[in-house]
Amino acid sequence: MRRSLLTPLAAVGLLAGGTLFAACGGDDDGDAGDGDDASVDCDNPPTVSDGVLTIATGEPAFPPYVIDDDPTNKQGFEAAVAYAVAGELGFSDDQVTWVRTGFDEVIAPGGKNFDFNLQQYTITDERAEVVDFSAPYYTAAQAVFGYEDSPAAGASSVEDLKALRIGVARGTTSLTYVEDVIDPDQDIFVYDDNADAKAALDADQIDAIVSDLPTALYITAVEIEGTTVFGQIEGSGTDEFGLLLAKDNPLTECVDQAIAALDDSGELDAITQEWMSDWTEAPVISS
Amino acid sequence: MVVVALLIIVPRLPGWESVQRSFFNGEIFATTFPKLLSAFVLDLKILAWTTPAVLALSLLVALARGARSPALFPLKAFAVAFTDVFRGIPTILVITLIGFGVPTGLSLPRPWNSPLLWGSVALTLSYSAYVAEIIRGGIDGVHESQRAAARSIGMTSGQTMRSIVLPLAFRGIVPPMMNSFISLQKDVALISLLGPVEVLRRAGIEQSRFFNFTPYVGAAVIFLAVTIPATRAADWLMARQRRRTGGTLIT
Repeated sequence: MRRSLLTPLAAVGLLAGGTLFAACGGDDDGDAGDGDDASVDCDNPPTVSDGVLTIATGEPAFPPYVIDDDPTNKQGFEAAVAYAVAGELGFSDDQVTWVRTGFDEVIAPGGKNFDFNLQQYTITDERAEVVDFSAPYYTAAQAVFGYEDSPAAGASSVEDLKALRIGVARGTTSLTYVEDVIDPDQDIFVYDDNADAKAALDADQIDAIVSDLPTALYITAVEIEGTTVFGQIEGSGTDEFGLLLAKDNPLTECVDQAIAALDDSGELDAITQEWMSDWTEAPVISS
Repeated sequence: MVVVALLIIVPRLPGWESVQRSFFNGEIFATTFPKLLSAFVLDLKILAWTTPAVLALSLLVALARGARSPALFPLKAFAVAFTDVFRGIPTILVITLIGFGVPTGLSLPRPWNSPLLWGSVALTLSYSAYVAEIIRGGIDGVHESQRAAARSIGMTSGQTMRSIVLPLAFRGIVPPMMNSFISLQKDVALISLLGPVEVLRRAGIEQSRFFNFTPYVGAAVIFLAVTIPATRAADWLMARQRRRTGGTLIT
């Protein structure tokens, strides 16, 4: 009896000891970041390469965020925002260099090879634990899309959408929006992902899909031929895009100031209107 | 003893507070339960029309499979192929292929392209393959002497099957049939892949909304509320039948 009790007791003891040590280890890491709270000089912002602002985006980068996969043209929503922020930070256009990264690998702790990264990163609490986000530069509206011959084409207000059979992907803010605001007459169909929703569109089981505008633009431009965005619903903004920086990067404060300045001057609104409304030709559906 | 010990010990475990918050949260349970119930009505509807369909189709397939006359060979071959295909392909695939594929491929207009219709068809086909094998096992289990006795008093094979073999076959297979019925009740949830929001999908939606697993516990409660009485009813039927046919207490 005694011998068989000893082994589990020893195991529990080791586990408990190990947890204690791990907890101690955690505390130490917290101190390292607090030291550099001294204000950063935003006229001379700290960058990974002296005198040059390194901006990252996706590979490839899609319209309407970057046109022709070449951000140096300043064409496209995120290309325009990036150069506007660079201007506010005091960098001229030829002091800006671009690097390309994947989407997920960057949302991780550790140093980065860029100053900030923009590729439609939605600001979430979970991500903010491992990276820094700037103040939001865009709030994504809900959009309606489907095949061009759908009864949803030409909808000008949310009332027009009520009679339709709408599909959404599960777990999205779109589902909440459709249930609470649009409240269609027929039951909403919910799919595991947009691929299944597309299959339902093909089978004519739904008239249109509601998702956030960036996703809608991507699907209609890249994934499903023959689809188009019927419109974006005014006042339906939920997801916010932010510039992604390394955790506790002193540059974050300067970037926030730059975005605030662009917002105040109306330049951010102008860029958004030019690329996310006019260029995409996604009309506004009144709510 | 074990249950009492569990009921006393489990709440005293250190992690219980957070488990209770995540899985047994009373407030969220009360908020989400009515929505789960109304979503469950859809499950019941689908169950109500697929159960008789499965019984009918699986009986036909089982009879075709067990056909002894050489003239019926094509029918038998078809039944074998049917069983092979629909048992071999996972139900989830059958539902997706038929639920999306048939309306698209045949360009069906509404309401004939409804995912409820084709999802139920897919579920029926898939389950009939399994249940047909259960019925075939039951039919094979009826001793050959029964058929011989029926033949000797002049019954045709059709009459034998209808009046003698099938009743005896069904009596023997009530537990596996109840298994299939309960399994079908749960697989009805797969129709949610095609869009309609039934109880498990609704539980998932509420879980995303509240970041809490209590809606899933609510769905489990609803399922149990149907399966447990169904099982007890089947047990009671079997006990009654055993009494009537002279079952003894010899253990």
